[in-house]
Amino acid sequence: MTMDLLRNASLLNTTVIVVLFLLACGILLAVVRLLKGPTLPDRVVAIDLIATQAVAMLASAAIGFGEPALLQPALVLTLIAFVGTVAFARYVAKGAES
Amino acid sequence: MTEALTILLLTIGTIFTLLAAIGILRMPDVFMRMQVATKAATLGVACVAMAAAVHFGDLATTARAVLIVLFLFLTAPVAAHTIGRAAYVAGAQLWEGTIVDELRGRHQRSAQPPSGPAPE
Repeated sequence: MTMDLLRNASLLNTTVIVVLFLLACGILLAVVRLLKGPTLPDRVVAIDLIATQAVAMLASAAIGFGEPALLQPALVLTLIAFVGTVAFARYVAKGAES
Repeated sequence: MTEALTILLLTIGTIFTLLAAIGILRMPDVFMRMQVATKAATLGVACVAMAAAVHFGDLATTARAVLIVLFLFLTAPVAAHTIGRAAYVAGAQLWEGTIVDELRGRHQRSAQPPSGPAPE
């Protein structure tokens, strides 16, 4: 199904390819912030943004490949990212108290 | 018509999400990075999910896309608030150009930033 996306050079397919490339660049920028830090909350925010952008990539891949099933992992990823961020936030706040 | 709307929504969503990614790299302190990553990225993903709904146009896909947007709009502010408060309590440094700090004196902040050196 990947080949279909590359073979049919319609405007929508070209847009999806460009969109996927740009979103991948966005994830790369967030990874730079994740590595640079400098504090733990910075890294948590970066992880949250990476998950959000992965959801966007999954949704646009669903359009490009014609696979609506790809929206289900996107839905799950949204919720997992929220739980992870809140857990990390509690961890940061706990560390401040002790 | 459907294809044009899909392309438009995809483009808008990608621009917003990319702006969020640039913002998280360029902004000077945790709180600005947080607000950029939350607001712009949420709007961007909402646009992309709506593009998927418009493209497929059936009930099952539309319902899932609407659910993604709904969960995102429900959870993003809560997550941003929680991590922002935790960062403030943990003593994250504010940008030196900050004018208003309404939480000053209301929280017992630890003197040290959460981990690592102060932001440059």
